[in-house]
Amino acid sequence: MTQQRAQQRKAVALISGGLDSMLAAKVIMEQQIHVEGINFYTGFCVEGHTHAIRKKDKKKNKRNNALWVAEQLGIKLNIIDVIDDYKDVVLNPTYGYGHNLNPCLDCKIFMVNHALAWMEEHDFDFIITGEVVGQRPMSQRKDTMPIIARKSHADDRLLRPLCAKNLPPTLPENEGWVNRDLLLDFQGRNRKPQIALAEHFGFSEYAQPAGGCCFLTDESYASKLSDLWETRGERSYELDDIMLLKVGRHLRPLPHFKLIVAREEGENHYLEGYRHQYVHLQPISHKGPLALLDGQADAGDLELAASIVARFSQGKRAEQVVVEVVDPRAGITSLKVAPLAASDIPDSWYV
Amino acid sequence: MSHGHYELNARNLLCPLPVIRTQDRIGELQPGDQLIVTCTDPGALNDIPAWCRINGHRVVDVSSHARELSITIMVCD
Ligand code: SF4
Repeated sequence: MTQQRAQQRKAVALISGGLDSMLAAKVIMEQQIHVEGINFYTGFCVEGHTHAIRKKDKKKNKRNNALWVAEQLGIKLNIIDVIDDYKDVVLNPTYGYGHNLNPCLDCKIFMVNHALAWMEEHDFDFIITGEVVGQRPMSQRKDTMPIIARKSHADDRLLRPLCAKNLPPTLPENEGWVNRDLLLDFQGRNRKPQIALAEHFGFSEYAQPAGGCCFLTDESYASKLSDLWETRGERSYELDDIMLLKVGRHLRPLPHFKLIVAREEGENHYLEGYRHQYVHLQPISHKGPLALLDGQADAGDLELAASIVARFSQGKRAEQVVVEVVDPRAGITSLKVAPLAASDIPDSWYV
Repeated sequence: MSHGHYELNARNLLCPLPVIRTQDRIGELQPGDQLIVTCTDPGALNDIPAWCRINGHRVVDVSSHARELSITIMVCD
């Protein structure tokens, strides 16, 4: 019994919530390896939060895909908050960005390195990921995949079961913990082999995130983040900054301030949580959105801000709208303003 | 031995942060302890019970008041 327990090898699987990492974990579980999942929360993950905010998205499935995958596989999942450590990856990526602000190669190195630390702390033997050679232009190429293994210091303890046969044998294969013959040789962007394998395992439902697993691959999000850095004069962020970039209309009428205007009730509720941190405006003579003001605004700027917010209220065609302006440090004032016409709001104000 | 009752404020955090905070807090508790997590993200209603199921803990009560949810978890072995 003791001997049998000593031989039970353990792998930690990076679980993104998508199909590939689900399949990779299953392939290794089939070889009688004990597998547990790990999932990193960077603050940019598409998973989870966005659908919780907007009322129109309320009917969408609110499940967290990584948790759901773990439950389908019958494995434990450890979700790790890496928000602070991850900043350096986003701000100073050694290997640069992909199409938008996605530092995919540095990101993968970071995640495998953190999985390695977890593996050592919990006495596991190796790491598995759902990567496939040639599937992604930056982090999943034949020349960049060895960089991830090397720079993360996981080296031959990093096994990619879905394409292992296209890569040199790793420690678990060399040691006979897993049978290389039962691993796979997927490559390229064709998804058919994954879909066939999912069928083979009886997985009829799975998430297929388009483009990438985080907001940094999203063009509109990346432009809001660039705007934040440019206008603040420094590349830095806090969690609240990056969460707010996912919510509302962002309008920057002048370089020194920006408005975040809720688009509907769910966003109003979410922005209410920030009322103590930001100057905020809301129409009181008519039904209208809550807006946060990020930056510095003098009396003239507040008038302009109020007339923009009035534009998105039910009083947009009224002659005057009363907008309440609350400065958490200076108190409450009311401004009577004429709502701006749609044509008075140039496209260039939208961040 | 008496078991403890603990509370966790996860209001205004969006998923998966309420799950992460719950996971970290439960890691410090003993089997038999109860943790009441209060949150405002409706996604937590799925995610916290899912996390409990896969990690062997038990949700013993779920209630909502206004826009707040309270999830009571019994810590298991
Ligand atoms: S898409 Fe985002 S989370 Fe995925 S590898 Fe690239 S930077 Fe990392």
